[in-house]
Amino acid sequence: MADTARDAPPEQTDFHELEDGEELFPEPATTQESQPASLAAEDISTNSNGPKQDSLFDDDPEDLFAEATEEVSLDSPERDVLLSDGPSPAITPITPPTSVITPRIGHTHDDMFTHSSFDEIEEEEGGDSFDIHISVSDPEKVGDGMNAYMAYKVTTKTSMSLFKRSEFAVKRRFSDFLGLHSKLASKYLHIGYIVPPAPEKSIVGMTKVKVGKEDQSSNEFVEKRRSALERYLMRTVKHPILLKDPDVLQFLESSELPRAVSTQALSSAGLLRMVNKAADAVNKMTIKMNESDAWFEEKQQHFENLDVQLRKLHTSVESLVCHRKELSVNTAQFAKSAAMLGNSEDHTALSRALSQLAEVEEKIDQLHQDQANADFYLFSELLGDYVRLLTAVKGVFDHRMKTWQKWQDSQMLLQKKREAEAKLQFTNKPDKLQQAKDEIKELEGKVQQGERDFEQISKTIRKEVSRFEKERVKDFKTIIIKYLESLVQTQQQVNKNISYIFHYN
Amino acid sequence: MSIIKPSFKNTGFNKLCLSYCQLRSVSVDLNHDASLLIDIPDALCERDKVKFTVHTKTTLSSFQKPDFSVPRQHEDFIWLHDTLVETEDYAGLIIPPAPPKPDFDSPREKMHKLGEGEATMTKEEYTKMKQELEAEYLAVFKKTVQVHEIFLQRLSSHPVLSKDRNFQIFLEYDQDLSVRRKNAKEMFGGFFKNMVKSADEVLISGVKEVDDFFEQEKTFLLDYYSKIKDSTAKAEKMTRAHKNIADDYIHISATLNSLAADDMTANKKNLEKLSDLFEKFRKVEGRVASDQDLKLTELLRYYMRDIQAAKDLLYRRARALADYENSNKALDKARLKSKDIPQAEEHQRQCLQKFDKLSESGKKELTSFKGRRVVAFRKNFIEMAELEIKHAKNSVTLLQGCIELLKSN
Repeated sequence: MADTARDAPPEQTDFHELEDGEELFPEPATTQESQPASLAAEDISTNSNGPKQDSLFDDDPEDLFAEATEEVSLDSPERDVLLSDGPSPAITPITPPTSVITPRIGHTHDDMFTHSSFDEIEEEEGGDSFDIHISVSDPEKVGDGMNAYMAYKVTTKTSMSLFKRSEFAVKRRFSDFLGLHSKLASKYLHIGYIVPPAPEKSIVGMTKVKVGKEDQSSNEFVEKRRSALERYLMRTVKHPILLKDPDVLQFLESSELPRAVSTQALSSAGLLRMVNKAADAVNKMTIKMNESDAWFEEKQQHFENLDVQLRKLHTSVESLVCHRKELSVNTAQFAKSAAMLGNSEDHTALSRALSQLAEVEEKIDQLHQDQANADFYLFSELLGDYVRLLTAVKGVFDHRMKTWQKWQDSQMLLQKKREAEAKLQFTNKPDKLQQAKDEIKELEGKVQQGERDFEQISKTIRKEVSRFEKERVKDFKTIIIKYLESLVQTQQQVNKNISYIFHYN
Repeated sequence: MSIIKPSFKNTGFNKLCLSYCQLRSVSVDLNHDASLLIDIPDALCERDKVKFTVHTKTTLSSFQKPDFSVPRQHEDFIWLHDTLVETEDYAGLIIPPAPPKPDFDSPREKMHKLGEGEATMTKEEYTKMKQELEAEYLAVFKKTVQVHEIFLQRLSSHPVLSKDRNFQIFLEYDQDLSVRRKNAKEMFGGFFKNMVKSADEVLISGVKEVDDFFEQEKTFLLDYYSKIKDSTAKAEKMTRAHKNIADDYIHISATLNSLAADDMTANKKNLEKLSDLFEKFRKVEGRVASDQDLKLTELLRYYMRDIQAAKDLLYRRARALADYENSNKALDKARLKSKDIPQAEEHQRQCLQKFDKLSESGKKELTSFKGRRVVAFRKNFIEMAELEIKHAKNSVTLLQGCIELLKSN
């Protein structure tokens, strides 16, 4: 065919003549490209969690990950097992206060205030540095039909003396996680600690799994849940107070765990929770707090704004994930179509070029798919987590308001009782007078306690907010860097694949 | 290369000035022959109608002036095309496909949606989205101008078609052409012809082919047409997905900017850098989308239509073959009946002559068509690949720069 093209009549000057040789794509000097720089151009693993294993273990000493746990080396076989399920995206070791783990035996609420406060813990020396890594892996379906559930393996690797062993694993199901959260929330939320929220329930998602649908979407659902559970646990143990909680320790360590029945959505406990939530919402509206501390007002406003913006960003990123998945599908379809076109083409060189185009597009569609996963698991889920965390933060502020209210209520009651007592002075009822005096004494104690509670919760919240903000900034930065690196990888791979067209020829 | 000044009257868009030469993609340079040079240097968009300024420079004495311009509408191009198709003498030629009607539906719909969603966006976001839309509108506009121009240039560079009288009228006649355009009767005639044609496409497959070359071409073109039609549709979907991603980046960038504005910590700078990155990123993504659109989708679409024109040629030849075979049968009948033999012989001779002429010119046309196609595909694929590599490299640089900044902070 090339010959006929060359012999084309001169009047038909509407095309350049085909150059010598049948090749469609010459080796152009301009596109001779050196291997792309920094990241190793490995094949992107087909893990459904996008994040590349390499970027986690950057040896750059100035990198955040320099502080990563030493246990986590690429050589250790256990590590490989963990890695095969995909690394958890949010591993951010914090530089902790060097604290000694003083296990608290018997935990009533009062203990929190009499026991070593945050300050004291920070001052104590000679303790473990924060060194713990948890992974959730090996989702396994247990049982059949509607009673079936997914069991996850929770593996802890640590060098902290808090734990009996340095590495251990247990099997847990989703309701166990919810149970843990419920216990922690009931213990710590109302005194001002920001307890990380557990991943959300999904009746639709779980039903599909129970029914035994082994398809793409139910696999994705399980993976999404596994990843969320892992992040949840890591966030929980990063909190220095929560880490030492016996419920947390039990959750991580003991092989048997009593079933958390009250976490079921349709249980009586579930209904009670819903009622309480509604009541809380109403109460919140009626509490008008005299905010004497501008810091709290400012922070509350700040978190409100943050919430709005993060939700918006989350929506945009979810849309990005959706569109990128679409792009992947469309590219795959185009690749198939181009291949068919190449088969149909009778000019040899063009036919081959079309087939190459089809091959390249197919590789690129896989790249888009992987990138969509990175978009999701790194960026989108991060935002989702923080939207939920902010709810917990707002909850803590609400508890402070409630504590204040309680204090005010007792104060008002005290006032009333005092007035009543004053009146009783003029009557001749010594019994009633004594009773009144006793009640007043009791109330005075309550008022003092209320004031102490309020001050304590305010103090705790200040610390918590400061810790939260630091964590947030670090978390975001780490994950965004990882996400950007994933984008770099994708682009470099795209580059490589397209360049193949030239090198091939 | 000429400069195009598209202006948008009554649409609220600003006047924009562009260099046109970047646009030449689907066909290789057609304007070789200095004896007749045609281009569309200017076009106006008034609501739904696009008015093209067709400019001709010629050394041929058949024209009254050496350099002149006329205003033309899309319908005028269609008239010219249909007239050429209906000309018997050109039955053996591939008539360049008519340019498709300018279609601003897609950007108009998006503009409408944008107006509805204005309340949910920041001012900055809205402005950026509007800019994107304007760019899209402009791209559609550029494409339609290009496709009309190429149609004329295909004609001017064809040895036979360039001499067509109607073509000359189209280029020269400085009054409104509408009086010569299809009236209702002709339109109906054209419609009828199209209907008959599709029925006769079965004829092409059915007729016994005597020539190997045409047999191969027939098989090839029929198959290739359906494949390329499919590829065009899929390529378009790909391009649209890229555009959607670019839009998402706009929203992400804007929200990050808002977050940065509210942030009083050291994180503020990081957020600003990130917002900036996504803004640059979306521009790159937008370029990827439009490059892919021009060099791939438009290429495939153009050649899809060109293949249809080639199929039309095959159809006309098949008709001629059928006519010839019928004339043979008529001649046999006449010889049997010993009646009207000379007429039948004459008729048969004419049919054969017509058929031979069609076959000869058809062969030439189809061969050069293939060459043209291969060259165009090659040029565009190479350009597309080079551009994609450039964009990918660009993206990597942007990303790595941002990563550096974030890490160092």
